[in-house]
Amino acid sequence: MSRFLARRLMQAVISILGVTALIFFLQRLAGDPVLLLVSEGASQQAIDALRANLGFDRPVLVQFTEYMSDLARFDFGQSVVQQVPVVDIIGSRLPYTIWLAGVALLLALGIGAPLGVFMAMRRDHPLSRLGMGFVLAGQSLPTFWSGVLLILLFAVTLGWLPASGARETQSVILPAICLSLLSMATFARVTRTAVLDELSKPYIRAARAKGLSMGQAVRRHALRNSAIPVISIAALEIANLLSGAVIVETVFAWPGLGQLTIQSIAARDFPIVQAIVLLGAFVSIFLNLAADLLYSAVDPRIRLEGDN
Amino acid sequence: MTASSRLGRWLPPRLWVFVAILAMLALAALLAPWVAPQSPEAQNLLGRLRPPGTEVRGITYLLGSDELGRDLLSRLIYGAQVSLTVAALSVLVSGTIGTALGMIAAWSGGWTSTIIMRLVDIVLSVPAILLAIITVAILGPGFINVIAVLAFTRWPRYARVAYGQTLGLMNLPYVRLSRFMGASTLRVLSRHILPNIIGPIMVVVTLEFGLMVLFEAGLSFLGLGVQPPTPSWGAILSAGRNYVTTAWWIAVFPGLFLFLLILSVNVLGDHVRDVVEGRR
Repeated sequence: MSRFLARRLMQAVISILGVTALIFFLQRLAGDPVLLLVSEGASQQAIDALRANLGFDRPVLVQFTEYMSDLARFDFGQSVVQQVPVVDIIGSRLPYTIWLAGVALLLALGIGAPLGVFMAMRRDHPLSRLGMGFVLAGQSLPTFWSGVLLILLFAVTLGWLPASGARETQSVILPAICLSLLSMATFARVTRTAVLDELSKPYIRAARAKGLSMGQAVRRHALRNSAIPVISIAALEIANLLSGAVIVETVFAWPGLGQLTIQSIAARDFPIVQAIVLLGAFVSIFLNLAADLLYSAVDPRIRLEGDN
Repeated sequence: MTASSRLGRWLPPRLWVFVAILAMLALAALLAPWVAPQSPEAQNLLGRLRPPGTEVRGITYLLGSDELGRDLLSRLIYGAQVSLTVAALSVLVSGTIGTALGMIAAWSGGWTSTIIMRLVDIVLSVPAILLAIITVAILGPGFINVIAVLAFTRWPRYARVAYGQTLGLMNLPYVRLSRFMGASTLRVLSRHILPNIIGPIMVVVTLEFGLMVLFEAGLSFLGLGVQPPTPSWGAILSAGRNYVTTAWWIAVFPGLFLFLLILSVNVLGDHVRDVVEGRR
Protein backbone atom coordinates (compact mmCIF):
# COMPACT_ATOMS: atom_id res chain seq x y z
CA MET A 1 0.00 0.00 0.00
CA SER A 2 2.67 2.49 1.02
CA ARG A 3 4.58 2.04 -2.24
CA PHE A 4 1.45 2.59 -4.30
CA LEU A 5 0.65 5.64 -2.20
CA ALA A 6 4.17 7.04 -2.52
CA ARG A 7 4.27 6.54 -6.28
CA ARG A 8 0.86 8.12 -6.76
CA LEU A 9 1.79 11.11 -4.55
CA MET A 10 5.03 11.51 -6.49
CA GLN A 11 3.08 11.63 -9.75
CA ALA A 12 0.77 14.30 -8.35
CA VAL A 13 3.71 16.44 -7.22
CA ILE A 14 5.36 16.15 -10.65
CA SER A 15 2.07 17.09 -12.31
CA ILE A 16 1.71 20.16 -10.11
CA LEU A 17 5.26 21.33 -10.82
CA GLY A 18 4.79 20.58 -14.49
CA VAL A 19 1.53 22.51 -14.79
CA THR A 20 3.04 25.49 -13.02
CA ALA A 21 6.00 25.50 -15.40
CA LEU A 22 3.71 24.93 -18.41
CA ILE A 23 1.60 27.99 -17.62
CA PHE A 24 4.72 30.13 -17.06
CA PHE A 25 6.39 29.16 -20.32
CA LEU A 26 3.16 29.38 -22.32
CA GLN A 27 3.03 33.06 -21.50
CA ARG A 28 6.68 33.55 -22.47
CA LEU A 29 6.41 31.53 -25.67
CA ALA A 30 3.48 33.57 -26.86
CA GLY A 31 5.60 36.70 -26.90
CA ASP A 32 6.03 39.68 -24.61
CA PRO A 33 4.04 39.02 -21.39
CA VAL A 34 3.88 42.76 -20.72
CA LEU A 35 1.72 43.15 -23.83
CA LEU A 36 -0.84 40.88 -22.19
CA LEU A 37 -1.09 43.28 -19.29
CA VAL A 38 -1.32 46.72 -20.89
CA SER A 39 -4.37 48.15 -22.54
CA GLU A 40 -4.35 48.43 -26.32
CA GLY A 41 -2.69 51.59 -27.57
CA ALA A 42 -0.49 52.12 -24.51
CA SER A 43 2.64 54.18 -25.16
CA GLN A 44 6.05 52.49 -25.46
CA GLN A 45 7.15 54.40 -22.36
CA ALA A 46 4.32 53.00 -20.26
CA ILE A 47 5.10 49.50 -21.53
CA ASP A 48 8.78 49.83 -20.62
CA ALA A 49 7.95 51.21 -17.18
CA LEU A 50 5.59 48.34 -16.47
CA ARG A 51 8.14 45.82 -17.74
CA ALA A 52 10.81 47.11 -15.34
CA ASN A 53 8.28 47.42 -12.55
CA LEU A 54 7.15 43.80 -12.86
CA GLY A 55 10.67 42.51 -13.39
CA PHE A 56 10.02 41.22 -16.93
CA ASP A 57 13.32 42.78 -18.09
CA ARG A 58 15.35 40.18 -16.19
CA PRO A 59 16.52 36.79 -17.52
CA VAL A 60 13.71 34.25 -17.95
CA LEU A 61 15.25 31.76 -15.53
CA VAL A 62 15.45 34.38 -12.78
CA GLN A 63 11.81 35.23 -13.38
CA PHE A 64 10.88 31.56 -13.30
CA THR A 65 12.63 30.94 -9.97
CA GLU A 66 10.92 33.92 -8.43
CA TYR A 67 7.55 32.90 -9.85
CA MET A 68 7.90 29.41 -8.40
CA SER A 69 9.03 30.63 -4.98
CA ASP A 70 6.13 33.12 -4.86
CA LEU A 71 3.67 30.37 -5.65
CA ALA A 72 5.17 28.14 -2.97
CA ARG A 73 4.21 30.87 -0.51
CA PHE A 74 0.72 31.13 -2.05
CA ASP A 75 1.59 34.54 -3.41
CA PHE A 76 -0.23 34.84 -6.72
CA GLY A 77 0.77 38.45 -7.22
CA GLN A 78 -1.35 41.54 -7.63
CA SER A 79 -4.31 42.24 -9.83
CA VAL A 80 -3.14 44.62 -12.56
CA VAL A 81 -6.49 46.39 -12.74
CA GLN A 82 -7.58 46.57 -9.11
CA GLN A 83 -4.10 46.67 -7.48
CA VAL A 84 -5.26 44.21 -4.82
CA PRO A 85 -3.63 40.84 -4.06
CA VAL A 86 -5.07 38.16 -6.37
CA VAL A 87 -5.66 35.89 -3.38
CA ASP A 88 -8.13 38.40 -1.88
CA ILE A 89 -10.12 38.70 -5.10
CA ILE A 90 -10.28 34.95 -5.56
CA GLY A 91 -11.20 34.51 -1.91
CA SER A 92 -14.21 36.79 -2.31
CA ARG A 93 -15.52 34.86 -5.34
CA LEU A 94 -14.66 31.29 -4.35
CA PRO A 95 -17.58 30.74 -1.92
CA TYR A 96 -20.07 31.39 -4.75
CA THR A 97 -18.50 28.78 -6.99
CA ILE A 98 -18.30 26.23 -4.16
CA TRP A 99 -21.97 26.87 -3.30
CA LEU A 100 -23.04 26.51 -6.93
CA ALA A 101 -20.96 23.39 -7.58
CA GLY A 102 -22.06 21.88 -4.26
CA VAL A 103 -25.76 22.24 -5.04
CA ALA A 104 -25.13 20.90 -8.54
CA LEU A 105 -23.27 17.88 -7.16
CA LEU A 106 -26.15 17.13 -4.76
CA LEU A 107 -28.65 17.33 -7.61
CA ALA A 108 -26.52 15.22 -9.94
CA LEU A 109 -25.85 12.50 -7.39
CA GLY A 110 -29.27 12.64 -5.73
CA ILE A 111 -31.15 12.22 -9.02
CA GLY A 112 -28.56 10.51 -11.23
CA ALA A 113 -27.65 7.60 -8.94
CA PRO A 114 -31.23 6.48 -8.08
CA LEU A 115 -32.12 6.83 -11.77
CA GLY A 116 -29.20 4.55 -12.63
CA VAL A 117 -30.28 1.94 -10.08
CA PHE A 118 -33.81 2.02 -11.46
CA MET A 119 -32.59 1.68 -15.06
CA ALA A 120 -30.53 -1.37 -14.05
CA MET A 121 -33.34 -3.08 -12.14
CA ARG A 122 -36.10 -2.44 -14.65
CA ARG A 123 -34.31 -2.49 -17.95
CA ASP A 124 -37.39 -2.66 -20.15
CA HIS A 125 -39.56 -0.24 -18.23
CA PRO A 126 -40.65 2.73 -20.39
CA LEU A 127 -39.14 5.08 -17.79
CA SER A 128 -35.78 3.33 -18.21
CA ARG A 129 -35.86 3.98 -21.94
CA LEU A 130 -36.68 7.61 -21.22
CA GLY A 131 -33.76 7.60 -18.79
CA MET A 132 -31.38 6.27 -21.45
CA GLY A 133 -32.59 9.02 -23.76
CA PHE A 134 -31.82 11.56 -21.04
CA VAL A 135 -28.33 10.09 -20.53
CA LEU A 136 -27.64 10.40 -24.26
CA ALA A 137 -29.05 13.93 -24.50
CA GLY A 138 -27.42 15.09 -21.27
CA GLN A 139 -23.99 14.24 -22.64
CA SER A 140 -24.54 16.27 -25.80
CA LEU A 141 -26.22 19.30 -24.28
CA PRO A 142 -24.13 22.49 -24.36
CA THR A 143 -24.61 24.22 -20.99
CA PHE A 144 -24.86 27.64 -22.64
CA TRP A 145 -27.91 26.39 -24.54
CA SER A 146 -29.62 24.47 -21.73
CA GLY A 147 -29.04 27.57 -19.58
CA VAL A 148 -30.85 29.79 -22.07
CA LEU A 149 -33.71 27.26 -22.32
CA LEU A 150 -34.03 27.13 -18.52
CA ILE A 151 -34.10 30.94 -18.35
CA LEU A 152 -36.69 31.09 -21.15
CA LEU A 153 -38.96 28.55 -19.45
CA PHE A 154 -38.64 29.23 -15.73
CA ALA A 155 -37.70 32.90 -15.62
CA VAL A 156 -39.20 34.52 -18.73
CA THR A 157 -42.32 32.45 -19.45
CA LEU A 158 -43.32 31.14 -16.02
CA GLY A 159 -41.61 33.78 -13.91
CA TRP A 160 -40.94 31.30 -11.10
CA LEU A 161 -37.22 31.84 -10.59
CA PRO A 162 -34.70 34.66 -11.02
CA ALA A 163 -32.84 34.51 -14.36
CA SER A 164 -29.48 35.80 -13.15
CA GLY A 165 -27.37 37.14 -10.33
CA ALA A 166 -27.07 35.79 -6.78
CA ARG A 167 -29.17 38.19 -4.75
CA GLU A 168 -31.81 35.72 -3.58
CA THR A 169 -31.45 32.24 -2.12
CA GLN A 170 -33.40 30.64 -4.96
CA SER A 171 -31.07 32.26 -7.53
CA VAL A 172 -28.86 29.20 -7.27
CA ILE A 173 -31.54 26.81 -8.54
CA LEU A 174 -31.41 27.45 -12.30
CA PRO A 175 -27.60 27.61 -12.65
CA ALA A 176 -27.23 24.53 -10.44
CA ILE A 177 -29.69 22.54 -12.57
CA CYS A 178 -27.91 23.70 -15.73
CA LEU A 179 -24.49 22.76 -14.34
CA SER A 180 -25.68 19.42 -12.97
CA LEU A 181 -27.27 17.92 -16.12
CA LEU A 182 -24.07 16.50 -17.63
CA SER A 183 -22.90 15.04 -14.30
CA MET A 184 -26.38 13.71 -13.64
CA ALA A 185 -26.28 11.82 -16.95
CA THR A 186 -22.81 10.50 -16.12
CA PHE A 187 -23.89 9.31 -12.65
CA ALA A 188 -26.99 7.62 -14.08
CA ARG A 189 -24.92 5.82 -16.74
CA VAL A 190 -22.13 4.73 -14.38
CA THR A 191 -24.54 3.60 -11.65
CA ARG A 192 -26.61 1.63 -14.16
CA THR A 193 -23.53 -0.18 -15.51
CA ALA A 194 -22.20 -0.84 -12.00
CA VAL A 195 -25.47 -2.26 -10.70
CA LEU A 196 -25.92 -4.38 -13.85
CA ASP A 197 -22.40 -5.76 -13.36
CA GLU A 198 -23.19 -6.74 -9.79
CA LEU A 199 -26.57 -8.24 -10.66
CA SER A 200 -24.93 -10.69 -13.05
CA LYS A 201 -22.68 -12.10 -10.33
CA PRO A 202 -23.27 -15.46 -8.60
CA TYR A 203 -23.78 -14.04 -5.11
CA ILE A 204 -26.89 -12.19 -6.27
CA ARG A 205 -28.27 -15.41 -7.73
CA ALA A 206 -27.53 -17.12 -4.42
CA ALA A 207 -29.33 -14.36 -2.54
CA ARG A 208 -32.29 -14.65 -4.89
CA ALA A 209 -32.24 -18.45 -4.56
CA LYS A 210 -32.50 -18.26 -0.79
CA GLY A 211 -35.67 -16.26 -1.30
CA LEU A 212 -34.81 -12.55 -1.30
CA SER A 213 -36.83 -10.40 -3.64
CA MET A 214 -35.01 -8.47 -6.38
CA GLY A 215 -35.39 -5.23 -4.39
CA GLN A 216 -33.99 -6.81 -1.22
CA ALA A 217 -31.06 -8.37 -3.07
CA VAL A 218 -30.20 -5.04 -4.61
CA ARG A 219 -30.60 -3.06 -1.39
CA ARG A 220 -28.72 -5.44 0.87
CA HIS A 221 -26.01 -6.71 -1.45
CA ALA A 222 -25.58 -5.13 -4.86
CA LEU A 223 -25.74 -1.46 -3.91
CA ARG A 224 -22.68 -1.48 -1.67
CA ASN A 225 -20.49 -3.14 -4.24
CA SER A 226 -21.72 -0.99 -7.09
CA ALA A 227 -21.01 2.14 -5.04
CA ILE A 228 -17.26 1.75 -5.66
CA PRO A 229 -17.11 3.05 -9.26
CA VAL A 230 -19.75 5.68 -8.47
CA ILE A 231 -17.72 7.12 -5.58
CA SER A 232 -14.54 7.33 -7.60
CA ILE A 233 -16.39 8.95 -10.52
CA ALA A 234 -17.78 11.48 -8.03
CA ALA A 235 -14.30 12.87 -7.36
CA LEU A 236 -13.73 13.39 -11.09
CA GLU A 237 -17.18 14.90 -11.53
CA ILE A 238 -16.41 17.56 -8.90
CA ALA A 239 -13.52 18.69 -11.12
CA ASN A 240 -15.85 18.74 -14.13
CA LEU A 241 -18.45 20.76 -12.24
CA LEU A 242 -15.85 23.34 -11.21
CA SER A 243 -14.55 23.85 -14.75
CA GLY A 244 -18.08 23.72 -16.18
CA ALA A 245 -18.85 26.66 -13.89
CA VAL A 246 -16.86 28.97 -16.21
CA ILE A 247 -19.62 28.89 -18.82
CA VAL A 248 -22.63 28.41 -16.53
CA GLU A 249 -21.62 31.39 -14.37
CA THR A 250 -21.31 33.51 -17.50
CA VAL A 251 -24.80 32.49 -18.66
CA PHE A 252 -26.44 33.25 -15.31
CA ALA A 253 -24.23 36.20 -14.25
CA TRP A 254 -23.28 34.21 -11.14
CA PRO A 255 -20.49 36.08 -9.31
CA GLY A 256 -18.11 33.13 -8.85
CA LEU A 257 -14.66 32.23 -10.14
CA GLY A 258 -15.88 31.34 -13.63
CA GLN A 259 -17.36 34.75 -14.22
CA LEU A 260 -14.21 36.28 -12.72
CA THR A 261 -12.10 34.36 -15.25
CA ILE A 262 -13.98 35.77 -18.23
CA GLN A 263 -14.12 39.28 -16.75
CA SER A 264 -10.38 39.16 -16.07
CA ILE A 265 -9.62 38.09 -19.64
CA ALA A 266 -11.73 40.97 -20.95
CA ALA A 267 -9.95 43.38 -18.60
CA ARG A 268 -6.54 41.90 -19.50
CA ASP A 269 -5.96 41.17 -15.81
CA PHE A 270 -3.66 38.25 -16.46
CA PRO A 271 -2.42 37.42 -12.92
CA ILE A 272 -6.00 36.55 -11.95
CA VAL A 273 -6.55 34.30 -14.99
CA GLN A 274 -3.27 32.53 -14.30
CA ALA A 275 -4.11 32.00 -10.63
CA ILE A 276 -7.55 30.58 -11.44
CA VAL A 277 -6.17 28.16 -14.03
CA LEU A 278 -3.47 27.00 -11.60
CA LEU A 279 -6.06 26.61 -8.85
CA GLY A 280 -8.27 24.58 -11.21
CA ALA A 281 -5.34 22.36 -12.17
CA PHE A 282 -4.31 21.80 -8.54
CA VAL A 283 -7.86 20.93 -7.49
CA SER A 284 -8.23 18.57 -10.42
CA ILE A 285 -4.89 16.85 -9.71
CA PHE A 286 -5.86 16.52 -6.05
CA LEU A 287 -9.29 15.08 -6.89
CA ASN A 288 -7.76 12.58 -9.32
CA LEU A 289 -5.38 11.51 -6.56
CA ALA A 290 -8.29 11.26 -4.13
CA ALA A 291 -10.25 9.15 -6.62
CA ASP A 292 -7.33 6.73 -7.01
CA LEU A 293 -6.74 6.47 -3.26
CA LEU A 294 -10.44 6.01 -2.57
CA TYR A 295 -10.61 3.34 -5.21
CA SER A 296 -7.63 1.46 -3.82
CA ALA A 297 -8.95 1.80 -0.28
CA VAL A 298 -12.20 0.03 -1.14
CA ASP A 299 -10.75 -2.42 -3.67
CA PRO A 300 -7.59 -4.17 -2.39
CA ARG A 301 -6.85 -5.70 -5.81
CA ILE A 302 -5.74 -2.32 -7.12
CA ARG A 303 -3.09 -1.60 -4.53
CA LEU A 304 -1.75 -5.12 -4.81
CA GLU A 305 -1.24 -4.53 -8.50
CA GLY A 306 0.44 -1.21 -7.75
CA ASP A 307 2.90 -2.89 -5.38
CA ASN A 308 4.30 -5.19 -8.01
CA MET B 1 -28.29 -11.57 -48.06
CA THR B 2 -29.79 -8.40 -49.53
CA ALA B 3 -27.88 -5.17 -49.65
CA SER B 4 -30.20 -3.37 -47.26
CA SER B 5 -29.94 -5.98 -44.53
CA ARG B 6 -26.18 -5.98 -44.87
CA LEU B 7 -26.24 -2.21 -44.40
CA GLY B 8 -28.61 -2.73 -41.47
CA ARG B 9 -26.14 -5.01 -39.75
CA TRP B 10 -23.27 -2.62 -40.28
CA LEU B 11 -25.32 0.42 -39.34
CA PRO B 12 -28.61 -0.38 -37.52
CA PRO B 13 -31.67 1.52 -38.82
CA ARG B 14 -32.14 3.34 -35.51
CA LEU B 15 -28.90 5.19 -36.27
CA TRP B 16 -29.86 6.33 -39.77
CA VAL B 17 -31.55 9.47 -38.51
CA PHE B 18 -28.24 10.59 -36.94
CA VAL B 19 -26.37 9.89 -40.16
CA ALA B 20 -29.01 11.95 -41.97
CA ILE B 21 -28.58 14.89 -39.57
CA LEU B 22 -24.80 14.80 -39.98
CA ALA B 23 -25.06 14.54 -43.75
CA MET B 24 -27.49 17.46 -43.93
CA LEU B 25 -25.30 19.70 -41.78
CA ALA B 26 -22.18 18.72 -43.73
CA LEU B 27 -23.93 19.38 -47.05
CA ALA B 28 -25.27 22.71 -45.78
CA ALA B 29 -21.76 23.71 -44.77
CA LEU B 30 -20.25 22.57 -48.06
CA LEU B 31 -22.89 24.18 -50.27
CA ALA B 32 -23.52 27.22 -48.06
CA PRO B 33 -23.25 29.84 -50.84
CA TRP B 34 -25.91 27.99 -52.88
CA VAL B 35 -28.32 26.81 -50.19
CA ALA B 36 -28.34 29.83 -47.88
CA PRO B 37 -31.33 32.00 -48.83
CA GLN B 38 -29.47 35.25 -48.01
CA SER B 39 -25.96 36.49 -47.45
CA PRO B 40 -25.11 35.83 -43.77
CA GLU B 41 -23.92 39.42 -43.39
CA ALA B 42 -26.64 41.26 -45.32
CA GLN B 43 -28.30 43.64 -42.88
CA ASN B 44 -31.82 44.90 -43.23
CA LEU B 45 -32.82 47.46 -40.64
CA LEU B 46 -36.49 47.18 -41.59
CA GLY B 47 -36.41 43.49 -40.81
CA ARG B 48 -34.90 43.51 -37.34
CA LEU B 49 -35.87 40.81 -34.80
CA ARG B 50 -38.60 39.31 -37.00
CA PRO B 51 -40.01 35.99 -35.76
CA PRO B 52 -39.61 32.80 -37.83
CA GLY B 53 -41.66 32.75 -41.01
CA THR B 54 -42.07 36.53 -41.38
CA GLU B 55 -41.83 38.10 -44.80
CA VAL B 56 -40.38 41.58 -45.23
CA ARG B 57 -40.23 43.07 -48.74
CA GLY B 58 -40.10 39.72 -50.46
CA ILE B 59 -37.50 38.21 -48.10
CA THR B 60 -38.83 35.35 -45.99
CA TYR B 61 -37.06 34.82 -42.69
CA LEU B 62 -37.61 31.09 -42.20
CA LEU B 63 -35.99 31.00 -38.77
CA GLY B 64 -36.46 34.70 -38.06
CA SER B 65 -33.95 37.55 -38.17
CA ASP B 66 -31.45 38.94 -35.69
CA GLU B 67 -30.89 42.37 -34.17
CA LEU B 68 -29.39 43.70 -37.41
CA GLY B 69 -32.05 42.18 -39.63
CA ARG B 70 -29.77 39.38 -40.86
CA ASP B 71 -31.41 36.11 -41.85
CA LEU B 72 -30.84 33.64 -39.00
CA LEU B 73 -31.08 30.52 -41.18
CA SER B 74 -28.37 31.81 -43.51
CA ARG B 75 -26.13 32.66 -40.58
CA LEU B 76 -26.65 29.20 -39.10
CA ILE B 77 -25.81 27.54 -42.44
CA TYR B 78 -22.56 29.50 -42.66
CA GLY B 79 -22.04 28.80 -38.94
CA ALA B 80 -22.06 25.07 -39.75
CA GLN B 81 -19.04 25.78 -41.96
CA VAL B 82 -17.14 27.33 -39.06
CA SER B 83 -18.16 24.64 -36.59
CA LEU B 84 -17.32 21.67 -38.81
CA THR B 85 -14.11 23.16 -40.25
CA VAL B 86 -12.68 24.08 -36.86
CA ALA B 87 -13.61 20.69 -35.38
CA ALA B 88 -12.24 18.74 -38.36
CA LEU B 89 -8.98 20.69 -38.55
CA SER B 90 -8.31 20.59 -34.81
CA VAL B 91 -8.99 16.84 -34.72
CA LEU B 92 -6.69 16.39 -37.73
CA VAL B 93 -3.86 18.45 -36.23
CA SER B 94 -4.09 17.09 -32.68
CA GLY B 95 -4.60 13.55 -33.97
CA THR B 96 -1.56 13.69 -36.24
CA ILE B 97 0.73 15.26 -33.65
CA GLY B 98 -0.55 13.11 -30.79
CA THR B 99 -0.33 9.84 -32.73
CA ALA B 100 3.16 10.61 -33.99
CA LEU B 101 4.44 11.58 -30.54
CA GLY B 102 2.81 8.56 -28.92
CA MET B 103 4.41 6.18 -31.45
CA ILE B 104 7.80 7.88 -31.09
CA ALA B 105 7.59 7.70 -27.28
CA ALA B 106 6.85 3.97 -27.36
CA TRP B 107 9.41 3.22 -30.06
CA SER B 108 12.37 5.13 -28.65
CA GLY B 109 11.81 4.49 -24.93
CA GLY B 110 14.24 6.00 -22.43
CA TRP B 111 14.31 9.75 -21.91
CA THR B 112 12.36 10.63 -25.03
CA SER B 113 9.53 8.46 -23.80
CA THR B 114 9.65 9.83 -20.25
CA ILE B 115 9.56 13.44 -21.42
CA ILE B 116 6.74 12.97 -23.93
CA MET B 117 4.55 10.89 -21.63
CA ARG B 118 5.13 13.20 -18.64
CA LEU B 119 4.04 16.11 -20.82
CA VAL B 120 0.93 14.10 -21.70
CA ASP B 121 0.12 13.66 -18.01
CA ILE B 122 0.73 17.33 -17.28
CA VAL B 123 -1.42 18.70 -20.09
CA LEU B 124 -4.22 16.27 -19.25
CA SER B 125 -4.15 17.26 -15.59
CA VAL B 126 -5.36 20.79 -16.37
CA PRO B 127 -9.13 20.87 -16.95
CA ALA B 128 -9.38 21.11 -20.74
CA ILE B 129 -11.70 24.10 -20.93
CA LEU B 130 -9.49 26.11 -18.54
CA LEU B 131 -6.36 25.28 -20.53
CA ALA B 132 -8.12 26.26 -23.76
CA ILE B 133 -9.30 29.53 -22.20
CA ILE B 134 -5.89 30.56 -20.90
CA THR B 135 -4.07 29.71 -24.13
CA VAL B 136 -6.61 31.59 -26.20
CA ALA B 137 -6.29 34.51 -23.78
CA ILE B 138 -2.53 34.46 -24.41
CA LEU B 139 -2.62 33.92 -28.18
CA GLY B 140 -5.69 36.03 -28.83
CA PRO B 141 -8.90 34.84 -30.53
CA GLY B 142 -9.34 34.04 -34.21
CA PHE B 143 -9.88 31.12 -36.58
CA ILE B 144 -6.29 29.78 -36.74
CA ASN B 145 -5.62 30.42 -33.05
CA VAL B 146 -8.70 28.49 -31.97
CA ILE B 147 -7.56 25.48 -34.01
CA ALA B 148 -4.04 25.77 -32.57
CA VAL B 149 -5.39 26.00 -29.03
CA LEU B 150 -7.72 23.02 -29.44
CA ALA B 151 -4.93 20.95 -31.02
CA PHE B 152 -2.55 21.88 -28.20
CA THR B 153 -5.13 21.01 -25.55
CA ARG B 154 -6.17 17.66 -27.01
CA TRP B 155 -3.11 15.95 -28.59
CA PRO B 156 -2.29 14.00 -25.38
CA ARG B 157 -5.49 11.96 -25.72
CA TYR B 158 -4.17 10.50 -29.00
CA ALA B 159 -0.62 10.18 -27.71
CA ARG B 160 -1.77 8.03 -24.80
CA VAL B 161 -3.67 5.63 -27.06
CA ALA B 162 -0.93 5.50 -29.72
CA TYR B 163 1.69 4.89 -27.01
CA GLY B 164 -0.14 1.96 -25.47
CA GLN B 165 -1.04 0.41 -28.81
CA THR B 166 2.49 0.75 -30.19
CA LEU B 167 4.02 -0.83 -27.09
CA GLY B 168 1.77 -3.82 -27.65
CA LEU B 169 2.81 -4.23 -31.29
CA MET B 170 6.53 -3.42 -31.11
CA ASN B 171 7.73 -6.88 -30.20
CA LEU B 172 5.46 -8.90 -32.45
CA PRO B 173 7.43 -11.18 -34.79
CA TYR B 174 6.55 -9.37 -38.03
CA VAL B 175 7.70 -6.02 -36.65
CA ARG B 176 10.94 -7.51 -35.36
CA LEU B 177 11.54 -9.25 -38.66
CA SER B 178 11.06 -5.99 -40.50
CA ARG B 179 13.61 -4.24 -38.26
CA PHE B 180 15.97 -7.18 -38.60
CA MET B 181 15.79 -6.87 -42.37
CA GLY B 182 16.94 -3.30 -42.11
CA ALA B 183 13.75 -1.24 -42.37
CA SER B 184 14.16 2.30 -41.07
CA THR B 185 12.24 3.50 -38.01
CA LEU B 186 10.06 5.71 -40.21
CA ARG B 187 9.23 2.77 -42.45
CA VAL B 188 8.39 0.41 -39.59
CA LEU B 189 6.24 2.99 -37.83
CA SER B 190 4.37 4.07 -40.94
CA ARG B 191 4.04 0.73 -42.73
CA HIS B 192 3.68 -1.76 -39.90
CA ILE B 193 2.60 0.04 -36.73
CA LEU B 194 0.33 2.85 -37.94
CA PRO B 195 -2.09 0.71 -39.99
CA ASN B 196 -2.60 -1.52 -36.97
CA ILE B 197 -3.30 1.23 -34.45
CA ILE B 198 -5.54 3.33 -36.68
CA GLY B 199 -8.72 1.62 -35.37
CA PRO B 200 -8.32 2.71 -31.73
CA ILE B 201 -7.13 6.14 -32.94
CA MET B 202 -10.33 6.51 -34.98
CA VAL B 203 -12.33 5.75 -31.85
CA VAL B 204 -10.62 8.69 -30.13
CA VAL B 205 -11.28 10.82 -33.23
CA THR B 206 -15.03 10.18 -33.10
CA LEU B 207 -15.15 10.88 -29.37
CA GLU B 208 -13.07 14.03 -29.73
CA PHE B 209 -14.93 15.47 -32.72
CA GLY B 210 -18.09 16.19 -30.71
CA LEU B 211 -16.00 17.69 -27.95
CA MET B 212 -14.21 19.98 -30.42
CA VAL B 213 -17.56 21.21 -31.79
CA LEU B 214 -18.60 21.94 -28.22
CA PHE B 215 -15.30 23.68 -27.37
CA GLU B 216 -15.37 25.86 -30.48
CA ALA B 217 -18.92 26.93 -29.70
CA GLY B 218 -18.05 27.46 -26.04
CA LEU B 219 -15.07 29.67 -26.86
CA SER B 220 -17.14 31.66 -29.36
CA PHE B 221 -19.88 31.98 -26.77
CA LEU B 222 -17.36 33.48 -24.34
CA GLY B 223 -16.13 35.84 -27.08
CA LEU B 224 -12.80 34.00 -27.36
CA GLY B 225 -13.42 32.10 -30.58
CA VAL B 226 -13.82 33.00 -34.23
CA GLN B 227 -14.51 36.71 -34.31
CA PRO B 228 -17.57 38.51 -35.74
CA PRO B 229 -18.86 39.15 -38.34
CA THR B 230 -17.98 35.52 -39.18
CA PRO B 231 -21.07 33.65 -38.01
CA SER B 232 -20.32 31.03 -35.36
CA TRP B 233 -23.13 29.21 -33.54
CA GLY B 234 -21.69 29.99 -30.12
CA ALA B 235 -21.36 33.69 -30.88
CA ILE B 236 -24.87 33.92 -32.39
CA LEU B 237 -26.29 32.22 -29.30
CA SER B 238 -24.36 34.57 -27.04
CA ALA B 239 -25.67 37.65 -28.86
CA GLY B 240 -29.17 36.19 -28.75
CA ARG B 241 -29.16 36.11 -24.96
CA ASN B 242 -29.69 39.88 -24.93
CA TYR B 243 -32.97 39.42 -26.80
CA VAL B 244 -34.19 36.31 -25.03
CA THR B 245 -37.37 38.03 -23.78
CA THR B 246 -38.30 39.53 -27.16
CA ALA B 247 -36.68 37.31 -29.80
CA TRP B 248 -36.16 33.81 -28.37
CA TRP B 249 -35.29 32.30 -31.76
CA ILE B 250 -31.86 33.93 -31.98
CA ALA B 251 -30.57 32.01 -28.95
CA VAL B 252 -32.66 28.85 -29.34
CA PHE B 253 -31.92 27.78 -32.95
CA PRO B 254 -28.10 27.89 -32.89
CA GLY B 255 -28.17 25.82 -29.70
CA LEU B 256 -30.55 23.34 -31.31
CA PHE B 257 -28.26 22.93 -34.34
CA LEU B 258 -25.30 22.49 -31.99
CA PHE B 259 -27.14 19.94 -29.86
CA LEU B 260 -28.22 17.90 -32.90
CA LEU B 261 -24.70 17.91 -34.33
CA ILE B 262 -23.03 16.86 -31.07
CA LEU B 263 -25.72 14.27 -30.34
CA SER B 264 -25.33 12.68 -33.78
CA VAL B 265 -21.54 12.61 -33.53
CA ASN B 266 -21.70 11.08 -30.04
CA VAL B 267 -24.24 8.40 -30.95
CA LEU B 268 -22.37 7.39 -34.10
CA GLY B 269 -19.07 7.60 -32.20
CA ASP B 270 -20.36 5.14 -29.60
CA HIS B 271 -21.36 2.84 -32.43
CA VAL B 272 -17.93 3.09 -34.07
CA ARG B 273 -16.33 2.26 -30.74
CA ASP B 274 -18.54 -0.79 -30.28
CA VAL B 275 -17.69 -2.00 -33.79
CA VAL B 276 -13.94 -1.43 -33.43
CA GLU B 277 -13.80 -3.02 -30.00
CA GLY B 278 -15.74 -5.98 -31.38
CA ARG B 279 -18.70 -5.74 -29.05
CA ARG B 280 -21.10 -6.33 -31.94
